[in-house]
Amino acid sequence: MTETNKLDTFPKLLRHNAEMRAKRPAIREKDHGIWQSWTWAEVYEEVKAYAAGLDKLGLKAGDHIGIVGSNRPRLYWTMAAAQFLGAIPVPVYADGVAEELQYILDNAEVTFVVTEDQEQTDKILSVQENVPTLKQIIFDDPRGLRDYDEDNLHDYVNVVDAGKQVVKKDLAWADRMIDATKAEKASIMLYTSGTTGKPKGVVLSHNNILITARNAVDLEGLNETDEVLAYLPMAWVGDHIFSYAQSLVAGFCVSCPESTDTVLNDLWELGPTYYFAPPRIFESTLTTVMIRMEDASKIKRKMFHYFMDHARKTGVDILDGKSVGLLDRIKYAIGNTLVYAPLKNALGLSRIRLGYTAGEAIGPEIFEFYRSLGINLKQLYGMTEASVFVAIQPNGEIKADTVGVPAPDVEVKVEDNGEIMYRGPGTFMEYYKNPESTAETKQADGWVHTGDAGFFDEDGHIKIIDRAKDVGKLNDGTMMAPKYIENKLKFFPNIKEAVAFGHDRDYCAAFINFDLEAVGNWAERNNIAYASYQELAAHPEVYKIMKEHVEAVNRSLATEERVAGSQIKRFLVLHKALDADDGELTRTSKVRRKFVAERYEPLIDALYSDKTSCHIETEVTYEDGRKGSISADVQIMDADTFPFNATAMAAAAE
Amino acid sequence: MTETNTNSRIGEELLSVNNIDLSFGGVKALTDISFNINKGEIRSIIGPNGAGKSSMLNVINGFYQPQVGHVRFKGKDYTPMRPALAAKSGIARTFQNIALFKGMSTLDNIMTGRYLKMHSSFIEQALYIGRAKREELEHREKVEEIIDFLEIEAIRKTPVGRLPYGLQKRVELARALAMEPELLLLDEPMAGMNLEEKEDMSRYIIDVNEQFGTTIALIEHDMGVVMDLSDRVVVLDYGRKLADGSPDEVSSNQDVIDAYLGVSH
Repeated sequence: MTETNKLDTFPKLLRHNAEMRAKRPAIREKDHGIWQSWTWAEVYEEVKAYAAGLDKLGLKAGDHIGIVGSNRPRLYWTMAAAQFLGAIPVPVYADGVAEELQYILDNAEVTFVVTEDQEQTDKILSVQENVPTLKQIIFDDPRGLRDYDEDNLHDYVNVVDAGKQVVKKDLAWADRMIDATKAEKASIMLYTSGTTGKPKGVVLSHNNILITARNAVDLEGLNETDEVLAYLPMAWVGDHIFSYAQSLVAGFCVSCPESTDTVLNDLWELGPTYYFAPPRIFESTLTTVMIRMEDASKIKRKMFHYFMDHARKTGVDILDGKSVGLLDRIKYAIGNTLVYAPLKNALGLSRIRLGYTAGEAIGPEIFEFYRSLGINLKQLYGMTEASVFVAIQPNGEIKADTVGVPAPDVEVKVEDNGEIMYRGPGTFMEYYKNPESTAETKQADGWVHTGDAGFFDEDGHIKIIDRAKDVGKLNDGTMMAPKYIENKLKFFPNIKEAVAFGHDRDYCAAFINFDLEAVGNWAERNNIAYASYQELAAHPEVYKIMKEHVEAVNRSLATEERVAGSQIKRFLVLHKALDADDGELTRTSKVRRKFVAERYEPLIDALYSDKTSCHIETEVTYEDGRKGSISADVQIMDADTFPFNATAMAAAAE
Repeated sequence: MTETNTNSRIGEELLSVNNIDLSFGGVKALTDISFNINKGEIRSIIGPNGAGKSSMLNVINGFYQPQVGHVRFKGKDYTPMRPALAAKSGIARTFQNIALFKGMSTLDNIMTGRYLKMHSSFIEQALYIGRAKREELEHREKVEEIIDFLEIEAIRKTPVGRLPYGLQKRVELARALAMEPELLLLDEPMAGMNLEEKEDMSRYIIDVNEQFGTTIALIEHDMGVVMDLSDRVVVLDYGRKLADGSPDEVSSNQDVIDAYLGVSH
């Protein structure tokens, strides 16, 4: 055990893997249609030379180095090489527009930036004069960058080549650098997505990340034979843990997809054993499956539904190792051959040993769909400030509406106001240059505010209902947890996004965004012609469907005493899809409630009046940053509400 | 404006057309057209509908044979140029109306662009033995480079007929690139595209030119695109050459303005 205790920083782990797992693959990338792989020994040599190259260019311990791009081996190596030198990598969401990048790069005072390609390089060059600390820019893919003559722009290959000369001459250089790294020093800085105001830089130490990552590896029994596809943004703490830290700790191979458009195909080719996806990905996959089944032949459709019904009854119990009758088991085995296994294969989930979902509540039906196929999908609860893991669902005790029990070494408690607090080894060091926020969030005794409201259920599982500050009260004092209502709405495949209002108002009301894929498909099948989201949004038939969904939610709310009063009285279907480019969603696709409320104030006012329609003009931003505007007359509709009735439970479950 | 910059990229004359006259029966499509294309440049041919732009490209790669005049390519006179000869000597093109094999995958379509470079016999190819196997791998590698270059990895195996228009255009460009041409003729590569697709396509054209040093002759209607991309522009109207020069010169030429905007007679 003393051996592993010494492996307390990333560079030390990398050196260890290069010795112990020299020939095993460390990272893979699909390039030119073929999976190319690098072994741990190769990665170590490359990172060593890269670090020396960066050192030569002037990267110092304590410096910040920005990383802008999608999941590429060279960008992961940038993290490793920076950590060699004691510098701190700052991965940034690559799909952000230049101004968003500028804020983060400036706030982090980066001295270096490493970019994936011309697109990202152009963004950096366009903001570089507003980031006074920025000295050097390094790019991975040279395409289109040949004629750029900026002096501070370097090709990755040249940096590594320069570094190779250094390492060749001074053989002990790497070991000196590695031995100098300290576990309690910052290893990475990750920016929170900014659901609440400007993004904040969360500083995490080697200890934070590595202890947490190792705990989870031990808990779930991950090892060097596992396979992971790195496809979620590098700037997100989940990717940092799953695709970077745990790969180093457990020694498994991480694969980078060919491009963002090929992820599904790459997933299918690779068949990962360990997989993470936010609920919306599971949701959209399920929607696609269901739509494609609708188009399948009658026999196939019948077979699918017959066996899926059976899986729904018995699949989860079989997965959890509960007792299931022999006949049911045989039927499940037949279903497995005919439906479940082919379906899992088509989704690229054949070999999954462990799947996680987190970030948002997942619809119970979606969650159970995957579990009934025999996929060990679990929910976890975590945040950047905790190096992800706060709570994990234990194997065999999975409930769709909880996030499980506290992770190893983590303590969790619920404050009097309902807020969840935690304390553990992953607790972040500080918010960068923001002692005020740090003090607000992190108490002197180590307890950290999560900002989420929730409670422990009878089995000691944690149940999250909403952001603590979002839980409001109607004028008559009824509790109103907007997210709780929105999630119920969003569990309908037809509804993509919902925003509920009601704090300090007489009743609850909601905005709805439908799912264009699902509703569009329905429209095609019903011969409803449409040209755009906006046109479909105003269609009376669409309103009729949405009204049914809203009333179903109301019926289900009516069965729960605490929220029965917060049923949706009036709703509208928004004339445009909420979009991160317009600032309505965060880059991780969470609704920015306050922003939306301000932007669509006239619509909210109309919801709380007797108007049946409201005219609104909205500015929209296109992907390239240009602006335009759309105007629409949005219709407002009343929905039926129901009296509190606990016995209606059975009916509501339908 | 960027004279010093472009000079290093642009070499000597690669192709010239000299005193071309082309008529179909009594219709004169081209009258006494002469211009040249230098190595490494992006040369645009513009003009109103029916000005003879596509005819001009067809003369260059030998689809049409002019009654008068000749095409000079790499210092050799061709009277007339023939399509097969053009392809062999390094001229590739795309078409105004996409001409791909709709039932074949993107990959296979691009592979057809390598046909001229394959030397194995029919038997060898049918049985996948000997040279055929080695060649296939070699060519596949080249094709994969192009796929990577044009960022069409995701549609590698998709039948072309199922792709949206903008992507089909890109596949057609890929196939032309697979020939590793010295001169690439693009017939309205951006027709019918939306703004984003146009910008992507412009970027690819510049990248092809810069990275592979390919000379490009381009027909395009979008003036913004033409003025941005081109080193030199030749303007046709009713089968006659109206102007020839840098984008700035051409766009300030009164005849060109008249032809595009019309004049009161």
